[in-house]
Amino acid sequence: MKNFQYVNAPDVEDAVSLLQEPGTKAVAGGTDLLTELKERIKMPEILVNLKTISDMKYIREEKDDLRIGALATLSEIELHRMVRERFPILKEAISVTATPQLRNAATLGGNLCQSVRCWYYRHPDVKCWLKDGDMCYAEDGVNSRHAIFGNSTCIAVHPSDLAPALIALDARIRIAGSEVEGELLLEEFFTLPTETHRQSTLLGAADLVTEVIIPHRFGPSNGVYLKAMERATWSFMLVSAAVQLEWKGDRVREARIVLGGVAGKPWRVREAEAMLQGQTLSEGLAQSVGEAAVANAKALKHNAYKIPLARNLVKRGLLELTRRKA
Amino acid sequence: MAKAVKLRKPQAQKRGPGKTPVSLKVNHGLHTIFVEPRRTLLDALRKDLGLIGTKKGCDEGTCGSCTVLFDGKPVYACLMLAIECEGHEIETIEGLSQGDQIHPIQQAFIEHDAFQCGFCTPGQILSVKALLDANPSPSADDVKRAVSGNLCRCGAYPKIVQAALKAAERLKS
Ligand SMILES: Cc1cc2nc3c(=O)[nH]c(=O)nc-3n(C[C@H](O)[C@H](O)[C@H](O)COP(=O)(O)OP(=O)(O)OC[C@H]3O[C@@H](n4cnc5c(N)ncnc54)[C@H](O)[C@@H]3O)c2cc1C
Ligand code: SF4
Repeated sequence: MKNFQYVNAPDVEDAVSLLQEPGTKAVAGGTDLLTELKERIKMPEILVNLKTISDMKYIREEKDDLRIGALATLSEIELHRMVRERFPILKEAISVTATPQLRNAATLGGNLCQSVRCWYYRHPDVKCWLKDGDMCYAEDGVNSRHAIFGNSTCIAVHPSDLAPALIALDARIRIAGSEVEGELLLEEFFTLPTETHRQSTLLGAADLVTEVIIPHRFGPSNGVYLKAMERATWSFMLVSAAVQLEWKGDRVREARIVLGGVAGKPWRVREAEAMLQGQTLSEGLAQSVGEAAVANAKALKHNAYKIPLARNLVKRGLLELTRRKA
Repeated sequence: MAKAVKLRKPQAQKRGPGKTPVSLKVNHGLHTIFVEPRRTLLDALRKDLGLIGTKKGCDEGTCGSCTVLFDGKPVYACLMLAIECEGHEIETIEGLSQGDQIHPIQQAFIEHDAFQCGFCTPGQILSVKALLDANPSPSADDVKRAVSGNLCRCGAYPKIVQAALKAAERLKS
């Protein structure tokens, strides 16, 4: 780890001002950033500690929304009464994220802004395209964990488990900063890296996530998060599916299906969602929706297994929600 | 979107990159060490405070042997900077015994043979302690979940679960 200066930010305004200085990086729980500092993938001159910003750490109900400050830890969110009662999809996503120790330190903001896990990216001596190099080494290399959707030069997948679940809940995100400021849909916050913007969120270098807002628009218990992983704890998703339904009697009024581990950002499959509208759920329909969800998927050399996995997770998710409703 | 945050000159004080005094509350005692900001809590405990009960395995959050309690909650000391821990309570395995008396969880680990090489044991015990502090009557599944971030390469898991349940029983009576 290269040495750096360290400063505790007293509030959001100061943090944003401090981050203006080139070579400055924000740290929250540190569980992702420290792994990058140790491997010298990132070498900031100054680290700005966000955890001293007291008004970014809360979970509160406000009118029709649940508001979660960016510094709330994953454990705090998982254990929160409202989350358990109304947003089981989020609780389920957190309970299969990393480990208890990591969830105690990791924050919501850090989870959404974490770096990709592509092994070429994580190697200290490889300067791949995402690290402003010339080429993607995964394209012709070992790409078993990589994307089946998307058209970026970078084929790494977004590793967050919380992001698909939150997008399925129509969550919004608040940003404070010098380049971006205000509130937008979480879905629009994530970007596939482009030539001129090689990162997976639209944040500028001095922009901060301050809050995530979950509207109370879905009924309780209508969401499920399924994650295929190599072992039952401590692993990033191979593929995951966040499925959220709004029922009207026995019929589906609205559906959200967001896949994780399949693209450089959480991947919402709108065509598959649309097939459910106004329908009663049957095994046959769940199968068709699963197939539609992966209709546009394209396998790389080593990741064809992800296509049936994604299809079946969507199907299982839909059937599980039907079972829970009964 | 519009620019809205007004930029002003921040008052907060930068520390480092050289050594700077850092005050750590460890096992209820206050210690001031002189370290660079990049010092991890794990290295501070082992190298600056000589508390080598906290083990260094992978140093990247994938083994659990550096588990300590941060304000009562288990965390990995390798993924935390010492300087970030100012104002918080750190508890390590050395904080569990009282004089010559080892902690009931430690006693239960011995009685149930809940370790072989012992490298993961301090971390396992602290994860169990945090569980029992929050939930005095855990199920076997609760224990498994609580130690799911502590790898044991010897595979002593069944005995770790037995030891934790036994300790829970003793601590209640
Ligand atoms: C072994 C291991 C296993 C893991 N498994 C999983 C898993 O299964 N699922 C999963 O989802 N994650 C997993 N993770 C990742 C983990 O969830 C993230 O490391 C964590 O959520 C990051 O949060 P943090 O607060 O520690 O962020 P930090 O490490 O502090 O920051 C991460 C990045 O976000 C930026 N950042 C932090 N807060 C803000 C903010 N408010 N605004 C703008 N930028 C910000 C930082 O500058 C940095 O670039 C795993 C991590 C490890 C080490
Ligand atoms: S997939 Fe992305 S992160 Fe991995 S080598 Fe290619 S450009 Fe780099």
